[in-house]
Amino acid sequence: MHPSTWLKATPAGLYVEPGGFHIDPTRAVSRALVTHGHGDHARPGNENVLATKGTLEIMRARFAGRAGGTLQEARYGEKIEIGGVSVEFAPAGHVLGSAQIRLTYKGARAVVSGDYKRAADPTCPPFEPMACDVFVTEATFALPVFRHPPAKAEIARLLASVALYPERCHLVGAYSLGKCQRVIAEIRAAGYAAPIYLHGAHETLCAVYVAQGVDLGELRPAAGAISAQLRGAIVLYPPFGATDAWLRRMPDPVMAGASGWYRVKQRAKAAGLELALVISDHADWDELLATLADVAAPEVWVTHGREDALVHEAKKRGFDAKALHLVGFEDEGS
Amino acid sequence: MKAFARLLVDLLHAPSTRAKTALMKAYFAVTPDPARGIALEGLTGGLDIKAAKASLFRELAAARVDPVLFDLSYDFVGDLAETVALIWPAPAVPADPPALPDLVAALRGATKAEMPGVVGGLLDRLDTDARWALLKLVLGGTRVGVSERLAKTALAEYGGKDVAEIEEIWPGLAPPYLDLFAWLEGHAPRPTVDTAATFRPMMLAQPLDPAELDTMDPADWRAEWKWDGVRVQLAASGGKARLWTRTGEDIGQAFPELTGDVPFEAVLDGELLVRSEGETGTFAELQQRLNRKKPDAALRRRLPAFVRVYDMLAAGPEDLRTLPFDERRRRLETWHGANPDVRFELSGLVAFEDWAALGTLRGRANERAVEGLMLKRGAGTYLAGRPKGEWFKWKRDPRTADAVLVYAQRGHGKRSSYFSDFTFACWLDDRLVPVGKAYSGFSDAEMKRLDKFVRENTLDRHGPVAVVAPKLVVELEFDGVQRSTRHKSGIALRFPRVARVRWDKPAEEADRVETLAAMAAE
Repeated sequence: MHPSTWLKATPAGLYVEPGGFHIDPTRAVSRALVTHGHGDHARPGNENVLATKGTLEIMRARFAGRAGGTLQEARYGEKIEIGGVSVEFAPAGHVLGSAQIRLTYKGARAVVSGDYKRAADPTCPPFEPMACDVFVTEATFALPVFRHPPAKAEIARLLASVALYPERCHLVGAYSLGKCQRVIAEIRAAGYAAPIYLHGAHETLCAVYVAQGVDLGELRPAAGAISAQLRGAIVLYPPFGATDAWLRRMPDPVMAGASGWYRVKQRAKAAGLELALVISDHADWDELLATLADVAAPEVWVTHGREDALVHEAKKRGFDAKALHLVGFEDEGS
Repeated sequence: MKAFARLLVDLLHAPSTRAKTALMKAYFAVTPDPARGIALEGLTGGLDIKAAKASLFRELAAARVDPVLFDLSYDFVGDLAETVALIWPAPAVPADPPALPDLVAALRGATKAEMPGVVGGLLDRLDTDARWALLKLVLGGTRVGVSERLAKTALAEYGGKDVAEIEEIWPGLAPPYLDLFAWLEGHAPRPTVDTAATFRPMMLAQPLDPAELDTMDPADWRAEWKWDGVRVQLAASGGKARLWTRTGEDIGQAFPELTGDVPFEAVLDGELLVRSEGETGTFAELQQRLNRKKPDAALRRRLPAFVRVYDMLAAGPEDLRTLPFDERRRRLETWHGANPDVRFELSGLVAFEDWAALGTLRGRANERAVEGLMLKRGAGTYLAGRPKGEWFKWKRDPRTADAVLVYAQRGHGKRSSYFSDFTFACWLDDRLVPVGKAYSGFSDAEMKRLDKFVRENTLDRHGPVAVVAPKLVVELEFDGVQRSTRHKSGIALRFPRVARVRWDKPAEEADRVETLAAMAAE
């Protein structure tokens, strides 16, 4: 039975009618399947939540007592039956715990991929293409101007700057879930072993990552550090979450930031950055198109981002593509 | 090309002008001729390659990528050079990037018909940053925060010269500036330039501390009105004239009535002003002309420009700058008598017996377009820069008014985390109407206190602008008031700054707009 008859875009998000559940609902519902922990996908107050262990831990850390009524863990590859719909989670390579969800109902299969990327990430397992009839994809960076350079090369630029300015602190703006931990893990992979300092907003989620077995090396709260310790150090902070008083304590900072948007120079300039690192947790243009080919679903539904461009290109490549207008998703610190 | 692209990217992200000059100096030091000269040409205005226009790049890109995707991308990025650079389908690591001089030679050597092929071929050999740099170089307007003046400052620092020296010879120099770099590095004498059409760095005045008058003999000094226009230098030869501002920026194009059909050979120093309905126009009216690079005939008829001249730097081939002021003044008056021309009016000397009498005249200076007085030492030669004890500006006492803080924005640079750019309002009927913005006049400690006040009293935010509860009064100081149709209050303040923060004064006691309007010179 074609997914369009049972998988519907509603104001509360994607709704799987026969199973009676939503995927990444935008408001509290009775049963929610959550692809990953970012705020526009995981929201508090649902009665029942099904998600991977990593996602559940992130939701517990973020929402405390309001993470959900009952929280059920889904393992990658395990099939779960809900109201006649078979549900299967697979890695999406986006952040810790991130998953795509394959829905099989009366012989038809749809994959809701949430947010994903194809580039390697030391903090989560890589995206696994799953065969399906309908592939639901994001389109955050769906323009041919977006081609993310290798993260390792960007981290090398950061470390070169740290070596060049040993008296200055390097203040790296990074979204607190995913980007922060990936940047730290890549810094460690490049052989940098000194303590890395964190803004308070990053500490909780870094602790979740560490508890899930991701090695981030020695982390210290920036709040407790004295100025002399921060000279020559790397400090991570949420680009929109730090107060001016906090920023003023940083000794002669090199203002840096990590985001896929910084591929556009004037965007990095507008953000006031001296060092813009093009590091994204979303697929770039080439990765999106490669994924359509790898998944090889005849039909593609495009959710949030630059839908026009991806639908246009997907049609040209022979896919039956359409935009699925979902509300409530943002271009977060991608 | 790689090094130039790196320079442009670094300049774009450099957080201060000091960092930008350091980057340019380092580039000049390690880059051979003629590449650095070409880079300098690009930074100070762009290479003028006629057949390579924005439309060509657009067409080339649209032919290589899907036009629908190109348009969607251009909409998103908003800058053509950057869109083309990012979207161009080329290998990530190009095999054979051309050197900057070869690249420019290829562009200059191409005919219009060859241009698409040449440009396309070059872009295929460059990486993303170098493609972006190429487009910026060719299209001009690099938008990396480098003005011509800043590039000259970097050159001066690089060669250990005074920037005034660079400015003096600059109009006579041509890319790739081999003679300039040779001189800066001490291998060659200073380049000689055609003096007829050359900007001479200007002599500037210091503000007068009235206490100093006691040590000055009135007999040694000459007084002139200080006009509220734009200081200019006009160099006339061969029937035409060039017109520069204080910083050596050529603004002749905007004032064709002053630069064409000039029958004399001389270099004059004076104030650029406009006439409005037969009288000297206000600064706001002059600004209408300054804002237009190519004024239409109607605007030129309504606000014709003229120069009120007060000094003469050259007469024909003769350099007068080494003569004393009194002698230059005599030459100027003689010249003016022989060359009557409504476009070049003589700025008269103000006669005075003693400082007290001059002070009285200054206090009464309420004529349109008068800012105060200038004092010039009669025996002084014309010296570039701001020499001590030669020229003084004695501005009219500032006017003041009490206004209410209504909006605040963060500052720049060191002040970027503080609310330090303020908008102030006065009463019109029972409403507060903005009358001006001020960023200065308060100490760092006071700035922190103002910042705290703004944070505690923010009612709303519109993007970067904080709407502040209207309860803090400051005493604003300004040089004048002008009528303005562009502002809701009907007036505009000249150089407003904060004189005092009146933490004690209630907002109801701030001044009324009518009070300020009455100060506007009729």
